[in-house]
Amino acid sequence: MAGIVEGKRLLITGITMESSIAFHVARIAQEQGAEVVITSFGRVMRITQTISKRLPKTPELLELDVTEDDHLTTLADRLRAAGVDSLDGVLHSIGFAPPGAFNFLEGSWEDASIALHASAYSLKSLAVAALPLMTKGSSLVGLTFDAKFAWPVYDWMGVAKAAFESTNRYLARDLGEHGVRSNLVAAGPIRTTAAKSIPGFERFEEVWGERAPLGWDISDPVPAAQACVALMSDWFPATTGEIVHVDGGVHAMGQ
Amino acid sequence: MAQSDQEILEGLAEIVNEETGVDAADVQLDKSFTEDLDIDSLSMMTIVVNAEEKFGVRIPDDDVKNLSTVGDAVKYIKDAQA
Repeated sequence: MAGIVEGKRLLITGITMESSIAFHVARIAQEQGAEVVITSFGRVMRITQTISKRLPKTPELLELDVTEDDHLTTLADRLRAAGVDSLDGVLHSIGFAPPGAFNFLEGSWEDASIALHASAYSLKSLAVAALPLMTKGSSLVGLTFDAKFAWPVYDWMGVAKAAFESTNRYLARDLGEHGVRSNLVAAGPIRTTAAKSIPGFERFEEVWGERAPLGWDISDPVPAAQACVALMSDWFPATTGEIVHVDGGVHAMGQ
Repeated sequence: MAQSDQEILEGLAEIVNEETGVDAADVQLDKSFTEDLDIDSLSMMTIVVNAEEKFGVRIPDDDVKNLSTVGDAVKYIKDAQA
């Protein structure tokens, strides 16, 4: 049986370590028949390059800092030069906030603005950069952490995620005429490199498993990755502007 | 295949040199990655993943924080290969 993304060409950002959700999106997508190109940037590129050899097939790696205009405006041409003349899916798995952003009342505008630029505005930047190669039926997918609530320690990153979720809705509006979908996966807490950089992350870990009707394994990025691949498949053809919760059911529970 | 301490040290020194430019001869067993070799957390991650490839071992993140000196890393890799 053909895989659910058989023959699709996907651009996947955000692979750092094997624990990265994006690593598993790339792995599952390749297992399901997709061709994958990955991006990384700066000093992380050397890590990504080594880790990418652990995928079923070592993908092409391009440099992309989503806060750098040069990287964004040249992305489509660089993909074409790498032999990719169209994209069926793009994964945004990018977030960054300076340490100061994890203190809500003390966080400066500079801390907050860096978080907003790298973690929210970047979804629009990536969409616009990839749009020349995206055709009818293409799918943009991003990863959020449910921004309806104020969480412990998440602070300005939480505000950035709220902006990210709003950006997803506006992209759904403006990409619709191109036949391009934009959706997010709201994953429960997963112990990735990104998560470990959040001071006090363990406070999420403690409560999640107890509140989730299905239970929750913070060391398992696969359920969130599977949802991302599914959203990039042809099986959500009329879904856009949506947030699919992959959190064991926590979002639907009262206290 | 198990390697000698010296072979592991030389291999590790080569990785550290490639990532940070620190002279391979300065990468000695008693040197601290952070204090003596001035290696930050991102470089340490790069060194770890490259060491995993080179020596055919896995070094989980939770163990990385226990590797404060070059000697700790050599011993960890040797034990993992055994």
